[in-house]
Amino acid sequence: MSHPQAASEFLKDQAKAKWHDETLWFVRDKRDRISKSIPEWEDLRNLASEIKDNVLSNLENYLVEFEKNALKNGIHIHWAKDAEEHNQIVLGILQKQKCTAIVKSKSILTEECHLNPYLEKNGIEVVDTDLGERIVQFLNQPPSHIVLPAIHLKKGEISELFHEKLATEKGNEDPAYLTNAARLHLREKFLGAKVAITGVNFGVAETGEFVVCTNEGNADMGVHLADVHIACMGIEKLIPRRADLGVFLRLLARSATGQPVTNYNSHFRSPSPGKEIHIVLLDNGRTAQLAREKFRNSLKCIRCGACMNTCPIYRRSGGYSYGSTVPGPIGSILSPGLDMKKHSTLPFASTLCGSCTDVCPVKINIHEQLYEWRQEITKTHGELGKSLSMKLASALFKSPLAYKISGNVMRSALKNLPKSLIYHPINSWGKGRNLPETPSESFKAWYQKNRS
Amino acid sequence: MNIHSPHIGLFIPCYVDQFYPKVGVATLELLENLGCRVSYPMDQTCCGQPMANAGYERDTIGTSERFIDIFGEYDYVVAPSGSCVLHVKEHFPKIQGKEEAQHQLHHKIFELTEFLTDVLKIDKPTGKFPHRVGYHASCHGQRGLRLASSSEMNISPFNKAKMLLENLEGLEWVELSRKDECCGFGGTFAVTEEALSLRMGKDRLEDHLAHEVEILTGGDMSCIMHLQGIASREGRKIQFMHLAEILNQAMK
Repeated sequence: MSHPQAASEFLKDQAKAKWHDETLWFVRDKRDRISKSIPEWEDLRNLASEIKDNVLSNLENYLVEFEKNALKNGIHIHWAKDAEEHNQIVLGILQKQKCTAIVKSKSILTEECHLNPYLEKNGIEVVDTDLGERIVQFLNQPPSHIVLPAIHLKKGEISELFHEKLATEKGNEDPAYLTNAARLHLREKFLGAKVAITGVNFGVAETGEFVVCTNEGNADMGVHLADVHIACMGIEKLIPRRADLGVFLRLLARSATGQPVTNYNSHFRSPSPGKEIHIVLLDNGRTAQLAREKFRNSLKCIRCGACMNTCPIYRRSGGYSYGSTVPGPIGSILSPGLDMKKHSTLPFASTLCGSCTDVCPVKINIHEQLYEWRQEITKTHGELGKSLSMKLASALFKSPLAYKISGNVMRSALKNLPKSLIYHPINSWGKGRNLPETPSESFKAWYQKNRS
Repeated sequence: MNIHSPHIGLFIPCYVDQFYPKVGVATLELLENLGCRVSYPMDQTCCGQPMANAGYERDTIGTSERFIDIFGEYDYVVAPSGSCVLHVKEHFPKIQGKEEAQHQLHHKIFELTEFLTDVLKIDKPTGKFPHRVGYHASCHGQRGLRLASSSEMNISPFNKAKMLLENLEGLEWVELSRKDECCGFGGTFAVTEEALSLRMGKDRLEDHLAHEVEILTGGDMSCIMHLQGIASREGRKIQFMHLAEILNQAMK
């Protein structure tokens, strides 16, 4: 389904769409307020952006340094060129451990690789331990937001789901009650898993350690109870030094949810005695994106989700309307690089308002990249008709005489055409909007009469 | 006005020329009344923004080149549209052999509000406009040309339009709940994403109505055309004026 189709579906339930918009606006507003409590906020954004520029320009060196130091720390390193290889590596580790049930904390990267269905197909039970992710997993849905995976669901819907899956009281919508039920349910899963999978927020090249940020402590709970920790990491997640972390941790939670810091920022450096840590480093199109000059700095993204919360489109069309693992503005500049045909409508799902760029903690010029993707997409996937009509319009405007004639024709047509034609259902301007009243003369004509 | 004062080329966006000639007249009269020497080059056409934003920037070489030639002789180019000015500055394709003229154009073209505040240095216009006014910040003006600070950023708040308007006698400046949310016009977005565009426009309009705005103004008629289209379809009691019309009327 194209973005416009999915968006109109979402908007059919007007009350819910309004609620969705207001819920995310609340998060946006909270972020705005807390960011203004840090006087050096804009300097932090600059610094973060420059550190990431440095990382992207020297990625090969930092990756080698990271691998060397991680190996020294006793961590196993695996390299995966694409999602398939990534999933095979993870499965291989699980099979070696004779593990049939795992717990997984939030990782958008494993969503990108469709790891869950792959493991399930191979007989492994996967339990997402982030509360929001567990909820969407119960519903067999992907996350609709990268930080707030179940933001599209209301309390009542979750209460009903938990009644069905966890035998909670019917109609009890108390968040504390429902969360407690999830906690009891997840505790069993934590205790039974020999292997825990996490994502990675930051990999530190100089030390070979990595940092995982959660609010629920579920990553730590999973990792500390398991014998083996598999951390799945995109190759762009590196930062040069541990000292750089301060910049990013200050920006991340404030940008994401308006909190001063994520509740748990856990550092993993080397395995405890008798345990194992594996890092799977994934490319999956990232080096291709790095080679695209206009789009490379999309790889700076630290997955805070602020561009989604601020986006007037995302708030009113929901995460699923994008049909991509990462939705919203950042998803619309990452996804076409992975599959341009499938995601060809995404860069057009924007008014180019620029709010995403102003909110981005690492200063990705998101709306400019949306514009640039449009230029790329029309080269290979432009509909012929659209292309021709645009060419025609361009040619028309090139000649002042033709422009004058067309203007006159346009104005008299608007005046004389029956309303039913102008407001025909296929005319999407006129469906909910009137056209401007047509003036008797253009400015040009007025100027000619009055000034020359 | 004398013959040695800077010569301003008036750029009237195509849809303003066709649908809102009164905005063009107000812009011209306002600048003339402020002592400027203004001419409107008769052979100007569309700046090419609709094509470029639809993904066909490469097909706008002809229109861009024409534009650079037509406005080459002027000291300044001024337009009552943030969106079109931003397009000329940021999205004209590079024209071979015209690099210097293109570079100059980039620095001499101004949206009307910023021309008044930054070039003519008007900070306290004198005039009377006793109405409750809501301002719609067009995104291209606000975040593109930085006519006002955006609510996402931690910088000293400013708003060039507010600076001009709030000094008019009797004018009540209305603060909105969401002061710089997009109205959903977005050029071709208005028709390709019709449902979303309409929803966004209704929400924006609602914010103004909830604050009992009498006249909704702004620097871009494209946003206003969209909002007015919705208001008129729904029979809402609210008036629409371009910033140039308010200033011209008040300062006469």
